[in-house]
Amino acid sequence: MRDFWNRFQYNRGAVIGLLILAMVVAAAILAPVVFPDSPWKMVQRPFLAPFEKPGLPLGTDALGRNVLSGLFHGAYVSLLVGLVSTVVALAIGVPVGAMAGYFAGRTDDALMRFTEFFQTIPSFALAIVLLAIFQPSLTFVIIAIAVVSWPPVARLVRGEVLSLRTREFVEAATLSGLGNTQIILRHVLPNALPPIIVLASLMVAQAILLESSLSFLGLGDPNVMSWGYMIGAARTVIRTAWWLSFLPGMAILLTVLALNLIGEGLNDALNPRLTRKSE
Amino acid sequence: MTRFILGRLVKAVFILLAILVFNFFLIHAAPGDPAAVMAGEAGAADAKFLADLRARFGLDQPLYVQLWIYLKGAVQLDLGYSFRQQMSVAELIGDRLPATLLLTGVAFAVSLVLGVVAGVAASARQGSWGDTAISTFALLFYATPLFWVALMASLVFSVWLGWLPGFGYSTIGAGYTGMAHVLDVATHLVLPASTLGLFFMAIYMRMTRASMLEVSRLDFVKTARAKGLKRSVIQRRHILRNALLPVITLAGLQAGQIFGGAILTETVFAWPGIGRLMFEAISQRDYAVILGVFYISGAMVLLFNLITDVVYVLIDPRIRLTS
Repeated sequence: MRDFWNRFQYNRGAVIGLLILAMVVAAAILAPVVFPDSPWKMVQRPFLAPFEKPGLPLGTDALGRNVLSGLFHGAYVSLLVGLVSTVVALAIGVPVGAMAGYFAGRTDDALMRFTEFFQTIPSFALAIVLLAIFQPSLTFVIIAIAVVSWPPVARLVRGEVLSLRTREFVEAATLSGLGNTQIILRHVLPNALPPIIVLASLMVAQAILLESSLSFLGLGDPNVMSWGYMIGAARTVIRTAWWLSFLPGMAILLTVLALNLIGEGLNDALNPRLTRKSE
Repeated sequence: MTRFILGRLVKAVFILLAILVFNFFLIHAAPGDPAAVMAGEAGAADAKFLADLRARFGLDQPLYVQLWIYLKGAVQLDLGYSFRQQMSVAELIGDRLPATLLLTGVAFAVSLVLGVVAGVAASARQGSWGDTAISTFALLFYATPLFWVALMASLVFSVWLGWLPGFGYSTIGAGYTGMAHVLDVATHLVLPASTLGLFFMAIYMRMTRASMLEVSRLDFVKTARAKGLKRSVIQRRHILRNALLPVITLAGLQAGQIFGGAILTETVFAWPGIGRLMFEAISQRDYAVILGVFYISGAMVLLFNLITDVVYVLIDPRIRLTS
C-alpha cells in the first residue's frame, strides 16, 4: 500500500486530479448542508450576474434559481450516476468477460458475438433510444449508461483471464479439486484486478460525460438538478447570459479531467511494468 | 480477399437484423399500447379506430407474426410513418442523411489527418514543450463535453467575433447557386465540423503518439538507423507505416461514437441532419423516427466498419494470411 502511494504521488497530474476530485466530492456531500433549499427554488430575480449580490456569488439563472446551489447539487448527481453506472457496468462486463475467457471455445464465441453487437451499434444513440422509450428517471439513466459502457470491461477481463487460465497456480487450484466458480472468483479475478481498477476510473469519467450529454438533450431525470440540464436550459439565453452555460461546463470539465488524471496515476502505480514500456 | 469481405458482410447483415429485432421488442416493451400511441399521434382515439389500426398494422396477430411483418417492412426500408411530420420515416431520414454524411465525413477526415500529423510531431520531439502542449491539449479535449465545446465555439466565433455563422446549413433566403452555394454551406460547416473533429483529433493524436513511440523501439528500426538512413525517412517509411495500423483499427471502432457526437453537434448548430432529427423526435416522443434513425445509424456504422476492414487489408498484407 505504501509502495502504491509512493508510485501514485510520483505522478503530479494524478495528485492534482485527486485534489480536484476531493473538492467535487466535498461539494456533493455538503450540498444539502450549505444549500438545504431545493436547487429548483426561485430565490432572486432572474439573470442576476455573478458577484452582484452577496450570498449569491454566482448569480441566478433564467428562472431566478441559485446557480451555485445548482452546481453543488449537480455534483452529487454526476458523481452518483458516474459511480453507480460504473458498478452496474462492471457487474455485467466482468462475469461475461470472465466466462468467455475461462471457458473459451463455444462459450467464448457466443459471448464475444454478443459483446461485439453492443460495441458496434452506436452507443449514444442506443442510450437515447432506451431513455426515450422508458421514462427518464435516475434509475433508467444509470441503466442506460451501464448498458452502453460494459463491452470494454468484458473485452479487458476476457483478455486477462485468457492469459491467466493456463498459469500454474490455476492448474494447481484445479488439481486441488476446486470448482470453476471458486477458481474464477478466488484465483483468476484477483490477479486481473489492477487493469480493471484503472479502466473503472476512466469509466466513471465517461459516464459523467454521458450523463451530462443525455440531460443536455432533455433525457435526464426531470426531478434532479444536473450540470447537463443546467447547460441545456441556459442554451437559449447564451447571447445574454453566457456564464450560465459556461460555469456548469467548467464543472464537468474539471471533474472528468480529475478522474482521467487519477486513472493515469493508478495505471502508473498499479502496472509499473507497463509504464516503463510506454516511456 | 473476396472471402474475407463476404464474411464481414454476412456478419454485418446479422448485426443489422439483431438491431431490428431489438427495436421491435423495445417498441413492445414501451409503456402503453402501440396502437394507442399511434392513435394519439394521429389525434383520434375511439374504440373502432383503435381496432382498425390494430388490424392495419397487424397488432392483433401473434408476436412472431408481428416481428415477421416488421422485419419484412424494414428490409424494404419501410420504417413506419411519422404522424407528427406527416411523412414516412424513410423519406424523413433520406432528406436529412446527406447533411449528416457531409458533417461526419469532413469531421472524420480532418480529425484523422490532423491527429496523425500532430501525433507524429509530438512523438518526434518527445518531452519538448511542443509535445507537452499537444498532450495537454489532447487531455483537455478528452475531458470536455462535446456539446459544451460546440456551445462555446458558437458563442465566441459566431456571437462575439461574428466570423462564422453558428446556425443552420446555409443562409436562409439568400438563394445562392453554384459555387456561391458551395461556399455558403462550407462556411456554415466550419464550426460544427471542427468541434466534432477536435474531440476525435485528440484521441487519434494520443493513439498515434503512443503507437509511434512503441514501434520506434522495435529491432527493425534499429537496423534502419544502423544502415544510416535519414531520420525523416525512418520516421515516415518505417515507423509511421506500422504505427498507423492500431490508429486505423481505433478509427474503425469509433464510427458509432462519431455519430453520437453528430447528434450533439447537430443539435447545437441546428445542422439539418439525422442527429438533429433524432433530437426533435425525442421532444415529440416520435418513437418511429427515433428507432428509424437508430437503425440507419447502425447501418452507417457497419458500412464504415466494412470500409476500414478493406483499408486495413490493403495496408497490411499480413492480414490476408490470418483471415
